[in-house]
Amino acid sequence: MDAVLQGISYTFIFFTLYFEVFLLISFFEGRKKEEVADDYTPPVTVIVPCFNEETTVLGTVESILNLEYPKENLHIMVVDDGSTDGTLKALEVYKNHPMIEVHTKENGGKFTVLNYAIENAKTDFVGCLDADSFVMPDALLRIMRKFKNPVTMAVTPSTVIHKPKNILQKMQKAEYEYGNLLRRILSIIDAVHITPGPFSFFRKEVFTKIGLFKHAHNTEDMEIAMRMQKHGLKIENADGALVYTVGPETIKKLYKQRVRWTSGFLGNLIDYKEMVFNKKYGDLGVFILPIAVVGLFVTLIFLVSNLIRFIQSLVDHILKWKTVGISMPQFGNFEWFFLNTNTISILGLLLFFMTLFIVTYASKFTNGKWRFSIDALYFILLYSLIAPFWLIKSVYNNLVGKHAPWR
Amino acid sequence: MNNSKHIDWKKYAIVFAITGAIFSTALYASNYFNNKRIYEIKRIQDSISTSILSSETQFSLLSELSCKDVGSSVLSDELNSLAERIEFSAQNLGAENKEVIELKKFYSLLEIKDYILMKRISERCGKKFMFAFYFYGNEKNCQDCQKTSLVLTYLREKYPALRVYSFDYNLDLSAVKTLATIFKIKEPLPIVVIGDETINGFKDKEEMEKILQKIYPKETKEALDLLKTKSATTTEKK
Repeated sequence: MDAVLQGISYTFIFFTLYFEVFLLISFFEGRKKEEVADDYTPPVTVIVPCFNEETTVLGTVESILNLEYPKENLHIMVVDDGSTDGTLKALEVYKNHPMIEVHTKENGGKFTVLNYAIENAKTDFVGCLDADSFVMPDALLRIMRKFKNPVTMAVTPSTVIHKPKNILQKMQKAEYEYGNLLRRILSIIDAVHITPGPFSFFRKEVFTKIGLFKHAHNTEDMEIAMRMQKHGLKIENADGALVYTVGPETIKKLYKQRVRWTSGFLGNLIDYKEMVFNKKYGDLGVFILPIAVVGLFVTLIFLVSNLIRFIQSLVDHILKWKTVGISMPQFGNFEWFFLNTNTISILGLLLFFMTLFIVTYASKFTNGKWRFSIDALYFILLYSLIAPFWLIKSVYNNLVGKHAPWR
Repeated sequence: MNNSKHIDWKKYAIVFAITGAIFSTALYASNYFNNKRIYEIKRIQDSISTSILSSETQFSLLSELSCKDVGSSVLSDELNSLAERIEFSAQNLGAENKEVIELKKFYSLLEIKDYILMKRISERCGKKFMFAFYFYGNEKNCQDCQKTSLVLTYLREKYPALRVYSFDYNLDLSAVKTLATIFKIKEPLPIVVIGDETINGFKDKEEMEKILQKIYPKETKEALDLLKTKSATTTEKK
């Protein structure tokens, strides 16, 4: 049993270390090639899908109106997905606004809103901003610069959690920053496989080439990116194009959101399984997708094996307690001899510091300043405690073919 | 559409080499610390063995003439600390590890030598010691052995004059086998021998303490009295 547990730990650590070293090397390799492009400001449509968002939608539209972008080339299309509250009424203030079109349609889910807007948009570039997000004034400029390269078909932004209040949101802040760095690295190796819902932009020709958004297990932003990768369409990332969004504030909401994301990710992965271990798709096929699958299972097994270990030590303690009663641990006489210095502990410690470095660097990458934040620790320590719950549920969902609701 | 993308296999190899190097460093570091530990255990063993030899020599030289200085080099604490270290190493390196087995053998010999010396000291000089021999099995699921160890540790802490000698019954060492024959030890384990009493299987701390008090009434009473005085002084100070 011990040998099996040890084997699992070694495998987990090896995979994680390999992945992190791969990320770091790719990142520093890509930085050398980076070049600054000039402004590029063609006509663009920003879609704002909304469903019962009377309180937030105006703020979102205002943040788009405040974008540093030539007004004549910036079009806003607000699409109401059959709201039952006062959303439409609130939007009446923009009735005669030259830059804003307000549409309403029957309720059909987010992907139907996007498709409706794409079909009605008159510009060559489209992007979307959810009604619970807002953008920095220079975000669109930074994104559009990337489209100067004619082969770039989509550009993703950097997402940031707006004013995190509790530990859960602070954890998500570090996670999003880590995600931004990860997306940047993935774009270097041409392996971006998610175009986040808020403020990712596309050339409209993408949809004529490969079709519109699909239901795709409620994660249309993953599916479209996978489909683009499958057809060899390039997805870029614009660092510093900041989009602010609000992270779920309760465990329950976070759990629900993550079950949807992870189930969707697994579902899409199954739909595009021919891409996994396929060298035709470059690093995405031979490394990123396989490690996502293997990583998921290795992580699950690792967590289960840790649980077994925890139970074992609990049983030992209970045995001791039942035999001789409770005794206080003695901290006074610390000796190096009893420090745990087996290979797994040393590797674990190395991995911890390496992850801490990457997460701290990711924060610098997103915010431009080196600063150690406790959020990084929340992310590393707390995330590994709660993520197993949605991982297990998502694997279960996919096994029994259940779909997580998107709201 | 030609979708095939370039894969930089060299990068994968470099990443593998770096990850491998990190793994090797961790292995090396772990090995280094383990060796240092074994070295420390050996150093303690040497020091105990020298002390025992010195006590024995002193004892032989002085014989009955003086009991005054004999026993000052009694190393109960050192033996216990050695036992803790060997147990920790056994957990870390595995009970089957050759080094661990060798350390255990040497430790068992030291225990026997310590016992013989202590017995002579206690007989000739009237110094009071209590002895308990504990034979345990090496099977992983010997829960009773685990519990008995805990009870004996508890008693040793309560009665500092109690010397617990523990022996791995399955250890391939003739001295331990002879000792087991003398005490007529036969599986199943655990077996604890206190004075003339052989205790088979697990006994909880109350039962075990009663047996100890029965065999060594004077010594246990003294220890308890001392404990009472100590706690009274502590309360007064407070």
